[in-house]
Amino acid sequence: MASSTSVVVIGGGSTGTGIARDLTMRGLDVTLVERGTLTDGTTGRMHGLLHSGGRYAVSDQKSARECIEENRVLRDIASHCVEETGGLFAKLPDDGEDYFEEKLQGCRDCDIPAEVLSGDEARKLEPFLSEDVEKAIYVPDGAVDPFRLCVANAADAQERGARIETHAEVTDLLVEDDEVVGVEVRHESGPGTHTHGTSGTTEELRADYVVNAAGAWTGEIGAMAGLDVEVRPSKGVMTIMNVRQVDTVVNRCRPKGDADIVVPHETTAILGTTDEEVSDPDDYPEEQWEVDLVIDELAKLLPILREARTIRSFWGVRPLYEPPDVASEDPTDITRDFFLLDHAERDGLDGLTTIVGGKFTTYRMMAETVADHVCEKFGVRASCATADVPLPGSDDFDVLRDYMDEFGLRSPIGRRSVQRLGSRADEVLTTDEPNPVVCECEAVTRAELRDAIDDSGSDLNAVRLRTRASMGNCQGGFCCHRMANELAPDYDEPVAREALDDLYQERWKGQRHALWGQQLSQAMLNHALHATTMNRDGDPARTGEAVAFDAFDGGSPDGD
Amino acid sequence: MAIEDDVLVVGGGLAGITAAIAGAREGATVRLVSATKSTLRQASGLIDVLGYLPDGTGPVVDPFDAVADLPEGHPYERAGPDALADGLALFDDLAGDHYRGSHTDRNALVPTTGGTVKPTARYPATVEPGLASREEATLLVGFEGTTDFEPSLAATHLDAAGVPFEVRAATVSFPDVTAEDATATRFAHLLDEDPGVRDRLAERVKPHLAGESRVGFPAVLGQEGPESVRTSLAEALGASVFEIPTGPPSVPGLRLENLLHDALADEGVRVEQGNPVVDFDATEDRVETVTVDRVGNRVPYAADQYVLATGGLVGGGVEADREQVSEPVFDCHVPHPADRYEWFEDDAFGEHAFARFGVDVDAQLRPLAADGTTEYENLRAAGAVLGGADFAAEKSGSGVSLATGFAAGRRAATELIHTELRQ
Ligand SMILES: Cc1cc2nc3c(=O)[nH]c(=O)nc-3n(C[C@H](O)[C@H](O)[C@H](O)COP(=O)(O)OP(=O)(O)OC[C@H]3O[C@@H](n4cnc5c(N)ncnc54)[C@H](O)[C@@H]3O)c2cc1C
Ligand SMILES: Cc1cc2nc3c(=O)[nH]c(=O)nc-3n(C[C@H](O)[C@H](O)[C@H](O)COP(=O)(O)OP(=O)(O)OC[C@H]3O[C@@H](n4cnc5c(N)ncnc54)[C@H](O)[C@@H]3O)c2cc1C
Repeated sequence: MASSTSVVVIGGGSTGTGIARDLTMRGLDVTLVERGTLTDGTTGRMHGLLHSGGRYAVSDQKSARECIEENRVLRDIASHCVEETGGLFAKLPDDGEDYFEEKLQGCRDCDIPAEVLSGDEARKLEPFLSEDVEKAIYVPDGAVDPFRLCVANAADAQERGARIETHAEVTDLLVEDDEVVGVEVRHESGPGTHTHGTSGTTEELRADYVVNAAGAWTGEIGAMAGLDVEVRPSKGVMTIMNVRQVDTVVNRCRPKGDADIVVPHETTAILGTTDEEVSDPDDYPEEQWEVDLVIDELAKLLPILREARTIRSFWGVRPLYEPPDVASEDPTDITRDFFLLDHAERDGLDGLTTIVGGKFTTYRMMAETVADHVCEKFGVRASCATADVPLPGSDDFDVLRDYMDEFGLRSPIGRRSVQRLGSRADEVLTTDEPNPVVCECEAVTRAELRDAIDDSGSDLNAVRLRTRASMGNCQGGFCCHRMANELAPDYDEPVAREALDDLYQERWKGQRHALWGQQLSQAMLNHALHATTMNRDGDPARTGEAVAFDAFDGGSPDGD
Repeated sequence: MAIEDDVLVVGGGLAGITAAIAGAREGATVRLVSATKSTLRQASGLIDVLGYLPDGTGPVVDPFDAVADLPEGHPYERAGPDALADGLALFDDLAGDHYRGSHTDRNALVPTTGGTVKPTARYPATVEPGLASREEATLLVGFEGTTDFEPSLAATHLDAAGVPFEVRAATVSFPDVTAEDATATRFAHLLDEDPGVRDRLAERVKPHLAGESRVGFPAVLGQEGPESVRTSLAEALGASVFEIPTGPPSVPGLRLENLLHDALADEGVRVEQGNPVVDFDATEDRVETVTVDRVGNRVPYAADQYVLATGGLVGGGVEADREQVSEPVFDCHVPHPADRYEWFEDDAFGEHAFARFGVDVDAQLRPLAADGTTEYENLRAAGAVLGGADFAAEKSGSGVSLATGFAAGRRAATELIHTELRQ
């Protein structure tokens, strides 16, 4: 398809990368622009629950049906990003019997496999569940790694010819004669940037069509062309525990509510969440009460959480949307459904569609809806194949477990690397060089880090997201500097130093909301290690102050 | 029946050990009870006194001058004017020839694994030839399959820090190790045990030498006999050989821990390690007994005087939950902002309040209650359990432990003699 239609997709989250993959597979010429790195928005700050739909089975059956359908698709095309944990809706004495029955019926209505367990059966599955849990409904919830999934979509699109531009912020929509004809982007530098422009310059990207998939920021993009996109960003907190207290997703069986889900994620468990509308998705308060609330509430289901050690908390903003005439007061009432806004029909402006709302779990379906819409506009007849063609790295997943023996890695390390890398494990981990473990908490080896550096450049935060290095118990205290060491010899010392400073600062940012108990003690240990043993804070190369070396002790006269 | 001693020290880190020995040297019978091994094995093995002023100015050339000007409430000020010199003299006596730096009041600048330099007052003899103020061309050697030390980055970084000498780097594979056991303690053990390993290591380094007069390795040059390892390597290489202190597990830290434990035995201090103090009994103004938890058995210990040396947030002497910060053994008051979000700064190396958490003390090192009165007349505190200084930013950790440990231990013992005379 030589003279193919060109589309610019705004936003490098699950929705945008999903759209880029779908449109590229259908032969369109796609450029995706993202202001930060991939997953910088909500996608990198979500709870990691691959919904079975059970959560919406009473309140929103349309969403529930979409969830179970996509849940099945993702297990199939992205098995290396999904952990099939199963999920429980556990009933405490305060939770209504009627609601429990409605939930069960709702699941059956929506074709979600559901099974009732007694309290004892549920505790057999999850021993830390409270003695108070009376019974539970078992559903096929799962855990999903949004970083891997989003990167896999982008990588596939790129391999098929799409241009993926990160650190490229859309600063304006180009409008001519009531039609959007492209976007203006500003290129920023960033280590490891996937950019084709020069840092600090702006570029006009002209295109036949523009898709606005900027999540909670779609309103800001719309405003660039004078459009009103009524996105209602709502924030939520998630708190990461140091160990994985549960292997199954645990939900509380009651109508909507804050702080009612625990999701196991690799070696940790993540508690969440809250739901508060905010006015600016880039600037909202991260509040202590939210962290306290999730721990206190979820400890009712899992008492062990009360005294457990938390690693850090983080926040995300939901890109919720509701048609202007609904006007819900409470953000938890706003639908979780997604909306495609064709601005030609809606506002008389051609060339632009906005996709907003929805969930991570249904990203592929959202992308399919958008791609269908764009293809229809341009008379492209290709049909959607994203539900059938596996994402890179996912084929052969079961066979991959055997790789650990082959690589002679200690079992948890081998297993985790293989899970992270999917079918690329062979290629990445086969090395003649020594392959030491760099991040002990998350069991990330040198080979895996070097592979991530090959792709992400010297941006150690991007490397961290790909590999999970520095995201475990010690929060990078023991491995940030080791990760920076891996940049040699490809990068020189000033680059490695800056990358270390950025990574350490980024890790610090996340921990601040969990600074009590063991985690505060860990923070002090990290401070002692980096400030005392390494003197990174007083480093003359950092402070720029010349040191009078000859004024200091050069050793004892009788020493050697 | 309670076990009885003159002085009971709670906590076996540098501060507790110093207090115990200082007390024993005054003639008191001293017992030291410690929950776990100390944080020494996590530390670099360097004895910092004061590298930077509380406002960040530095590196300080003469820490003794600077210590005299510290504000009221700083642990050095609380310990009194001679405590630091006395504590260091005790340390120098215990460490003997294994440590250097006592010939001058000036700080030395020690290269770190990351290629910065750090001001310190006492350093292992194995570190001495590497001091950054020596204008000698240097070769840094790292080992394949390790991750903590990348000599090429360290060399360039030292250059950026402005050191007055040429630095080059080389990486070699360590003789006789496989990928799985490439740890600092393993390297140290091999060098201790097998002179052949030393020769083979020197053979691998030699081709990289281009006239440098000193060669630096990460600090793995023998756990037991670093001097003999260093001498063999130096002879084979025709250059002096030094160590660069590393993070945990720190071989110099382990050496220091062993050295100090031998000293405790020599000084007649009774040491019990592995069991925490979990409770205490007191009258209005005196601690009567403390309770040690021996694997579920609660055993009372009585003493005339007590020293609290349980460390800071790392050692376990200071704890925090979501609402408040506390000292868990005697429940001494620990001042802290009520709002948890004021415990830290946004900058990773900012002036964090948490780094200064600890008890306030009077000029006798006795912990103070919230209203400023002395908690107990026979309880003193030393080391990182004291608040009022960010030892990591100041580079004052060991110095504060030596000064306050010495002062607390000696005061406890002399107080005791006074009470005995009074009775
Ligand atoms: C607390 C919380 C928990 C959640 N938990 C779950 C869950 O467990 N399961 C689930 O299925 N869903 C969950 N969700 C919902 C899910 O995370 C989101 O619906 C989904 O990630 C949205 O993806 P997106 O691509 O639409 O938006 P985003 O990921 O936000 O992507 C939009 C991108 O646009 C970029 N952008 C913004 N402005 C510009 C510009 N001017 N130029 C260029 N780029 C720009 C942003 O940087 C961003 O990367 C949760 C959401 C929240 C907030
Ligand atoms: C990573 C790191 C690097 C460091 N690097 C340096 C350096 O380069 N230079 C330097 O000068 N200093 C350094 N220090 C500081 C130094 O090693 C000591 O931590 C400091 O001097 C404090 O010593 P301390 O004896 O007060 O406490 P700690 O060493 O913390 O010892 C406290 C002891 O009390 C015990 N304890 C706690 N609670 C109880 C209880 N209830 N019952 C019984 N026992 C209890 C603990 O088990 C422990 O043994 C470093 C520290 C760390 C953590």
